[in-house]
Amino acid sequence: MQSKTEREKEQILRMSGVNPLKCMRCGKCSGTCPSYDEMEYHPHQFVYMVETGDIEALKNSDSIYKCLSCFACVDRCPRGVEPAKLVEALRLLVIREKGANHLTPNDIPELVDDEIPQQALVSAFRKYSK
Amino acid sequence: MKVSYFPGCTLRTKAKELDFYARKCAEILGAELCEIENWQCCGGVFVSAKDEIATKLSSVRALVAARDANQPLVTVCSACHNVIKQTNHAIQSDEDFATKVNTYLAQDKDFSGPYSGETEVCHYLELLRDKIGFDKIKEAVKNPLKGKKVAAYYGCMLLRPGKVMAFDDPENPTLMEEFIKALGAEPVIYPSRNECCGGYVVVEDAESAKKKSAKVTDSAKNHGADMIVTACPLCKYNLVKNGSELPVIYFTELLAEALGVKEDNYAE
Ligand code: SF4
Ligand code: SF4
Repeated sequence: MQSKTEREKEQILRMSGVNPLKCMRCGKCSGTCPSYDEMEYHPHQFVYMVETGDIEALKNSDSIYKCLSCFACVDRCPRGVEPAKLVEALRLLVIREKGANHLTPNDIPELVDDEIPQQALVSAFRKYSK
Repeated sequence: MKVSYFPGCTLRTKAKELDFYARKCAEILGAELCEIENWQCCGGVFVSAKDEIATKLSSVRALVAARDANQPLVTVCSACHNVIKQTNHAIQSDEDFATKVNTYLAQDKDFSGPYSGETEVCHYLELLRDKIGFDKIKEAVKNPLKGKKVAAYYGCMLLRPGKVMAFDDPENPTLMEEFIKALGAEPVIYPSRNECCGGYVVVEDAESAKKKSAKVTDSAKNHGADMIVTACPLCKYNLVKNGSELPVIYFTELLAEALGVKEDNYAE
């Protein structure tokens, strides 16, 4: 029988379409990541930690909420690995569980001002809630 | 020339001037933006997971409406554009995704037939460059913006992922600079013009967004710009909120000014 880790790894690879074995660990993705300072695990670490099955650590890390979906790591990776898609898959794996939304409508009034564009709110809900 | 038009939720609320001047200038330049009926919010940001289906249906419905009208689908907001173009690409390149999407759509009351990615998705800036042409814009300019040093801020969503958006060279874009030149102003090239403003993360971590935005505005200022232009309401919000010393305006406002149709106190 497959372990939970194996199951989750398989699911992450299927959702993201990423092949971590293409990575040559050059670190360019992390070097270009604008959220590097806010992240505990960086884009290149997502790639090898998914590969080695260190999935719990990623799921429990705030790093999954710090990605800006700016796709810099996707465009600048010399091997076409697309690390952002792994970050996305990990985040979805977490928030798809019941009661695991990272953002709820009740949080909003305290977080925003009158000028915030609708686009920011719909985007945040798309990324942080299910 | 008639094109289908998807305004998006923010252009109806916080970014009305982006929409208003887009329509007005298109008219002058001989393009009619035909707003598609009953459009739904694109969701603001593309979710790359292959098993996210339902959240992408609003984009597909817009694409189908444009296909049925036999027109390209034009957006002005960079976020709508990014989401719709990436969704279109997913339909073209992922058969499983396309099948699932069409299974959903088949239940729509007025379903007009399976969709396989045939609509051309075009940002308003691409419309200006590829279908109207900067020469024609130059001729239409009534009020050349002489002496203005304008920093084009592309951000991420117009450019990336580069292979899918195919908008311009993602590391060294020229479209907005050519646009600025056509209006008689001087484009300012600065290193952070294609880096992220912090995006939606401002909602959960305002400090993080502040750092990203400050980097962009400092970079533009240090390279001698008088103002920043953008196509994205969220970029504008982040740059302004985080203390940009330079004014940040929409590219459609700049266009309207050059074409002589900018209203002094636009407020609706
Ligand atoms: S840039 Fe690409 S190849 Fe280099 S470490 Fe990151 S994922 Fe691996
Ligand atoms: S998409 Fe996310 S992980 Fe990749 S460079 Fe941007 S912020 Fe970093």
